[in-house]
Amino acid sequence: MDELLGNYLAVVIFIGVALAIAMVLTIAPFLVAMRNPDPEKVSAYECGFNAFDDARMQFDVRFYLVSILFIIFDLEVAFLFPWAAAFPKMSDYGFWAMIVFLGVLTIGFIYEWKKGALEWD
Amino acid sequence: MDNFWPGDFLPHWTTWIWPLLWMLIKSVVLLTVLLLIIAYLLLFDRKVWAAVHIRRGPNVVGAFGLLQSFADLLKFVFKEPLIPAASDKIVFLLAPIVTATTALAVWAVIPFGEGWMIADLNIGILYVLAIGSLEVYGIIMGGWASNSKYPFLGALRSAAQMVSYEVSIGFVIITVLLVAGTLNLTGIVHAQQHGLGTHFGMPGSFLDWYWLPLFPMFVIFFISALAETNRPPFDLPEAESELVAGFAVEYSSTPYLLFMLGEYVAISAMCAMTAILFLGGWLPPLNVAPFTWVPGIMWFLIKVVAVFFMFAMVKAFVPRYRYDQLMRLGWKVFLPLSLAMVVVVAAVVHFGPRLVS
Repeated sequence: MDELLGNYLAVVIFIGVALAIAMVLTIAPFLVAMRNPDPEKVSAYECGFNAFDDARMQFDVRFYLVSILFIIFDLEVAFLFPWAAAFPKMSDYGFWAMIVFLGVLTIGFIYEWKKGALEWD
Repeated sequence: MDNFWPGDFLPHWTTWIWPLLWMLIKSVVLLTVLLLIIAYLLLFDRKVWAAVHIRRGPNVVGAFGLLQSFADLLKFVFKEPLIPAASDKIVFLLAPIVTATTALAVWAVIPFGEGWMIADLNIGILYVLAIGSLEVYGIIMGGWASNSKYPFLGALRSAAQMVSYEVSIGFVIITVLLVAGTLNLTGIVHAQQHGLGTHFGMPGSFLDWYWLPLFPMFVIFFISALAETNRPPFDLPEAESELVAGFAVEYSSTPYLLFMLGEYVAISAMCAMTAILFLGGWLPPLNVAPFTWVPGIMWFLIKVVAVFFMFAMVKAFVPRYRYDQLMRLGWKVFLPLSLAMVVVVAAVVHFGPRLVS
């Protein structure tokens, strides 16, 4: 078994064992614990009231905005990873190319800040 | 394998079955030890919290409450598991499994000592970041599947908070990688054998570790780790006064336990990452005689517990943030600061004097 396969197979096996532990724990109370559900017990908790309407309602668009901004910046981080790994052997060209890339993203960041995309009030 | 007979199987036995069995044994042992450590970290957390409040904390089950976590486990297992009638039942039960499994999966690449790990991936830190991002799925699934208002709002908040701070954690990790020049976690620890201290002619010591040259990033990483794991003072997804218990409102019994377990495993993984990235992993604080006798794994565990102690102290005496303050801190303070530090660190490493050979 070569080293690459050995390493990743070990990770898969580890995740498999972790998954098994989690599933055993989830199933255990269904086997050993008393179960006596009644309509009040299995209704949605809303501070003692019956639920007024469906919980899958409209929510603030800011949450959506945050996730979009996250994608932009997380992609940026993902781009930076190989750059950082190769950094000790980096030429000046490679260094400045990434600085320009970061500069463009910073301009975008300033724009969204000015637009108020980061305001929570 | 045209004419299959038992003799053909022999080489496979040595090349496949034994390594696989060995991996399985290592995984089971590591997970068992890890869960035991988590059980005592939980108790430690409660004891620290109690000590700050001048209480005694759990002290009934076993001597000094040492068996408290195991009593809690048994109690969770024997509690009635409730599945809300309006919920999406499969996703509802899948959510805690996803949270716990992804939190545990991070530990596959964490090196406890020289070569003490399940898999020495050459992209270890990328794996940690990727699997760490998946934890948010468990919370989103739990909140959505519950079909109840508090879990839904708690899950939304939690997701937004986790992704916000993940960006600054990513940038902080980049600065460490720029100095270390490798994505391998073992390599990052090895890179910390030489640094500021050895540059000035000292033996290898705690002055070489990255917490000193990258001190601002160390602070940002610690605070972001608190926010990323929904730890107080950033525990807004489960702010009792507003959202009761956030995404976990509808959960009971072991599904709830798995959420809590996932949270603590994620916290301990964050402590381990702090120890590896900034505190020299398993390296002794001074590379001279009495310190080098202690095995590396002990130093690693001491560092992890020390960072966890800081987590516990923050929980004990810092008041909770408001949500808009939290998002402002993440996006308007940490993100620009860490982005600027990436450029500064890159410039220093590229053009500056070679401190590290």
